[in-house]
Amino acid sequence: MERASASLWRRINERYNLVGNKCENCGRIYFPKRIVCRQCGRKTKMTETKLSGNGKVYAVTKIRVPAQAFKDSAPYTVAVVELEEGPRVEGHVVDAGNGEVKIGTKVHSVFRKMHADGEEGLIYYHFKFEPV
Amino acid sequence: MAGIVGYGAHVPRYRIKVEEIAKVWDEDAKSIKNGLNITEKSVPSHDEDAATIATEAGRRAVHHAGIDPKEIGAIYVGSESHPYAVKPTATVVSQAIGAGNNLTAADLEFACKAGTAGLQMLMGMTDSGMIKYGMSIGSDTSQGRPGDALEYTASAGGAAFIVGKEKKEVIAEILATASYTSDTPDFWRREGAMYPSHGGRFTGEPAYFKHIISATKLLFEKTGLKPEDFAFAVFHQPNGKFPLVVSKKLGFAEHQVQDGLLTPKIGNTYSGASMLGLAAVLDKAKPGDKILVTSFGSGAGSDSFAIEAKEPIIEKRERLAKVEDIINKNKIYVDYSVYLKNRNSIVKN
Repeated sequence: MERASASLWRRINERYNLVGNKCENCGRIYFPKRIVCRQCGRKTKMTETKLSGNGKVYAVTKIRVPAQAFKDSAPYTVAVVELEEGPRVEGHVVDAGNGEVKIGTKVHSVFRKMHADGEEGLIYYHFKFEPV
Repeated sequence: MAGIVGYGAHVPRYRIKVEEIAKVWDEDAKSIKNGLNITEKSVPSHDEDAATIATEAGRRAVHHAGIDPKEIGAIYVGSESHPYAVKPTATVVSQAIGAGNNLTAADLEFACKAGTAGLQMLMGMTDSGMIKYGMSIGSDTSQGRPGDALEYTASAGGAAFIVGKEKKEVIAEILATASYTSDTPDFWRREGAMYPSHGGRFTGEPAYFKHIISATKLLFEKTGLKPEDFAFAVFHQPNGKFPLVVSKKLGFAEHQVQDGLLTPKIGNTYSGASMLGLAAVLDKAKPGDKILVTSFGSGAGSDSFAIEAKEPIIEKRERLAKVEDIINKNKIYVDYSVYLKNRNSIVKN
């Protein structure tokens, strides 16, 4: 439990607010954050940047045999979303209704519960995506 | 003087119709629809709770106000469905809307009126200069026992209001507030209980009507205002009928109440109800329009407010997500079994 609390706490800003970083040397944006820019190496100069959450589906699948943590959500849709700032981010796609989520579907981020540690443990909140 | 500098709303996309619930319990949908003046209600997705709804509303409020969220000095979240018994919803919301750490925050509970109690707290804090901006949210994924009359109305949604006092930023000034409170056992939920209990018809006259009428009359005495001075009137709306009855008793005409009456389309969002109604009328108000809002929380109490729309409401409206659009956009209708799944009411073990 202690380990779960610490790891949740460390990544809250990423998970809640899609905060990545930007190399001021080359302008490349990363999510999740990187310490060293892939292009600039020693010239790396990283600053935090909040991503808009707007993007389009790059790849998509439906999960019917879920990991234990997501058993209450199954079946659910997972996509790789290409954000308008560049990074490709993996996330759940929710509230599509009867509309098909396919490559190119425009989405924006929403704030949702991801899973919970049983009945008594922590609740993990996270960004997900919703068709626009 | 303290006023609203921005607001935001959120209502889940899922809906269930009265007919679908009535079918399960072999009840007459037509008489329920007429009796409660409700056609359908919102249903949270399985991954939505009071914290996620409060966050979505809070983010929209920050965008509408056009302020730096790090300048918010206090955040209060009123709900009767806080996800944790111990661990504040308000800290999740403050982090998720990008507020800083130099703020005070707390969860409030007063049945359906905790959000308006938060507004009153923020009025004092901004007027005294203790904070520059404060946010109060009413948000719920309300509970109704399957088969109980509440099941037709208990829904999900919320609204967030940012209070400040800079004249050029205030879209609606809060002219005055008055409250009426008493120990009235009309509706309750004990610690650990899944569903609330209520006193049936006792929730009407000695509870809802007595408190709303008393608080509103106190406000009239305090301000000298009369029903005809208001362009809009919003009352707590546990169903679609009570607000129409109470408004008539107080001397308001139906046209003053209609724009803020959302329950017929989305159900009773509990702590969100009167605040969503206020958001809906602010979407339409013109500078100079006066708005009456009277909330009600079981247990019991009412907070009444006289609010006047100001010039910045026009300029800020272009970055607003309107309540009507949020409610009507991309609705997803579910049947009773999907409704139970969304409410995590299907036992798997």
